[in-house]
Amino acid sequence: MATVSELGNGALAELTVLDLSHYVAGAYCGKLLAAFGAEVIKIEAPGVGDGARQVGPFPDRSPDPEASALYLYLNTGKKGLTLDLASEGGSAILKELVTQTDVLIENFAPGVMESMGLDYATLSAINPRLVMASISNFGQSGPYREYRADTMVEMALSGQMYVNGDPDREPLSSSGYQPSYQSALYAYSGIMAALIARDRDDKGQYLDVSIQEAMVSEHQFTLNGFTASGKIRMRSGNRYGSVHPSTILPCKADDNGKPGLVSLGISDPTQYVLFLQLLDMSELLDDPRFANPQMCAVNYREFDALISTWFMDHTAEEIVNALQDNRIPAAFVNEVSDVLDDPQYEFRGFWKEIDHPVAGNHRYAGLPYHLSEAPPVYERANLLGEHTNEVLAEKLGYDSDRLGQLREGGVI
Amino acid sequence: MAATAKGPLDGVRVLDLSRVWAGPHCTRILADLGAEVIHISGRRLVGRREVTRETAMILGTYPDNDPGERHWNRNVLNNDMGRNKLDVTLELNTERGVELFKQLVKISDIVIENYSPRVMPNLGINYPILKAINPAIIYCSMPGYGSEGPFQNFVSYGTTIDPHSGLASRMGYPGEEPHMSGNAYPDPASGMFATGAIMTALFSRYRTGKGQYISLAQAESGAALTGEASLGYQLSGEVPPRIGNGHVRKAPHGAYPCKGDDKWVAISVGTEKQWANFRDAVGKPGWADDERYLTLEGRLQHQPELDGHVADWTRGRDAYDAMRLLQEAGIAAGVVVNADELMNDEHLNQRGFFWKFDHPEAGVQTHAGQPIRLSKTPARHYRPAPTLGQHHPYVLGELLGLSDDEITDLEETGIIGYTPLVRE
Repeated sequence: MATVSELGNGALAELTVLDLSHYVAGAYCGKLLAAFGAEVIKIEAPGVGDGARQVGPFPDRSPDPEASALYLYLNTGKKGLTLDLASEGGSAILKELVTQTDVLIENFAPGVMESMGLDYATLSAINPRLVMASISNFGQSGPYREYRADTMVEMALSGQMYVNGDPDREPLSSSGYQPSYQSALYAYSGIMAALIARDRDDKGQYLDVSIQEAMVSEHQFTLNGFTASGKIRMRSGNRYGSVHPSTILPCKADDNGKPGLVSLGISDPTQYVLFLQLLDMSELLDDPRFANPQMCAVNYREFDALISTWFMDHTAEEIVNALQDNRIPAAFVNEVSDVLDDPQYEFRGFWKEIDHPVAGNHRYAGLPYHLSEAPPVYERANLLGEHTNEVLAEKLGYDSDRLGQLREGGVI
Repeated sequence: MAATAKGPLDGVRVLDLSRVWAGPHCTRILADLGAEVIHISGRRLVGRREVTRETAMILGTYPDNDPGERHWNRNVLNNDMGRNKLDVTLELNTERGVELFKQLVKISDIVIENYSPRVMPNLGINYPILKAINPAIIYCSMPGYGSEGPFQNFVSYGTTIDPHSGLASRMGYPGEEPHMSGNAYPDPASGMFATGAIMTALFSRYRTGKGQYISLAQAESGAALTGEASLGYQLSGEVPPRIGNGHVRKAPHGAYPCKGDDKWVAISVGTEKQWANFRDAVGKPGWADDERYLTLEGRLQHQPELDGHVADWTRGRDAYDAMRLLQEAGIAAGVVVNADELMNDEHLNQRGFFWKFDHPEAGVQTHAGQPIRLSKTPARHYRPAPTLGQHHPYVLGELLGLSDDEITDLEETGIIGYTPLVRE
């Protein structure tokens, strides 16, 4: 049996992954495998590359395909290979690479891989040990198979959006890419499960991950209420469900003039009683409107007005500390700029400094977990086609003449 | 595929001390994939002793709002989280309880808990102790802020992790404050990271023979899932503003009202081609030719007026009709489905996504299935959620070899049981 040190650069160092991803879902999945040492080869179309390279944000707001934050974050630790998969030469090279591959990840629209002659049936015939993961908006089958979607449409059709926002305004999606991220996490676990199964029977398999299903699986409470009693979960504004105060409230601005906001998560009666004691407002408990967190939720407007004086007298830091000292859940309300300075993230070493020849040195979000015996590796994202020669020479033995021909033919 | 195929995690035993959502979401996936997940709970943590019919009405999670004689076995939330798992009770604040737990650790692969970081050490259980018992054990702890650092002892929920991590900053009506997920989203999201971490450790262990300690911080999950934005801020110097359902590179982009009460369709139009298709699909109305809307830049600049026109088109229409019509024209569009529409969604049902479980005390319940769809070793619904303490005979008797008398003795001394204990 190998020892940890023999495993070298991580728990997954023995794996070779072909990452045919674009944008977020497939890319994040590949990034996670790379973080544990897998050799992840990102395959992009020659010339343009992954669409994430066009998204940004960019340094000084000036677009540069090598300095798009979205691409840089989602492709850390990968090798870059350009390959025109739609060309015969390109798909032939991919098939050659597949013979030496453990995992293939793709998130094209359903049918695209097949149209390039690269469907699972074909690839598994070449390499029966291949684990192939396809991530798509609605999965590889069913009436919505061809439907188009983006974050908002996935939030809508997964039922997530309906429960976000004010009951008397339109439902809210979120900015960013949560549905794609979640599907990436399902794909990551699915791939690991398939690799564990492969250890037993030496056979690969196919993994079909639907972004919609991933998001439907992330709010069981909505489904459970309906299946139990026909209850339709509604939007409850900037508050959580049927207890109060589990919400975000305004408070005193801090010395730097940052507008004051603080998060409260009070749900159980003990916390609620302690909270009112701390505010010196225990008399509210005698008012049936505020007798407990459930009643308080019904009358939250009046309640928020009553406690606002105390909140406007204290900064978020004072409130969080005072409440947490009494074991009452309270938290800071952070922008994505604030989290970079948060002492807790700092303490756990969450931010990883990564230098990039075009984008420069920046702090990247790490993984939210540490493995004691297999620390993750954090390396910069690949440039477009950066490792094309290296990969094709080392893996397939192509010489410089052959590489030159392929380059002239636009295949790489 | 053969219905008898073994799950990919067949033969893996998990001791699940986790509670509420983040941890159980993770172990639910492990169980769906064929692991033997033994949920272990202290009976003080099971919930209140009594649930009145009135409370049941408010919660809406008991079948037909009837808590029944043993409400703890009828809560559909628990039964969804508990599907495919086994259940034993064990009071870990007793010496005998801890001793039995350690015996289980000896014959298990994974331990997972999502307590605050002081709980387990107080019980005399931590990774070094369990590692000494079983060097191959994988131990995952996943408190809100992590097991170390200035906020390690902060009390937290998914709802407070949400704004702290920056996630909530990415949701909100235009120009307003960060908006919490209606759904405590950081909980399941953290559960997903835990699942991946555990499987990575398991894969590694099959090679090295060694377990490891996984230290997860739920707050970091939220920051990892907004990592492109925190990096983007460093590159551009700009904090992304809240823009409701708008989009920086797409217009129209939003949720538009449809026929009926609280019915909406989400419509996303990005490229010029999509805009041309959209104009055709909505019948080439005069406003669509307005020169202000000729370019994406113009459409982004005049969004409120544009949104007004789109809403005029959607308002009299059925949300599904609008979605289908637009999708047929190649436009990304989707009904903003509620619980009822979601569970009756023709696509999800045709893919067989939902699983039905026939629970002995709660009847037939429909739960979300498993998005990890593996062709040869599929996730499955093996069994409905256990009742409290249902697997004492298997776990304590068969696995640990306790006699019936010894198990009865555990019952009599209150170390195990079948009903919740009243919280003091």
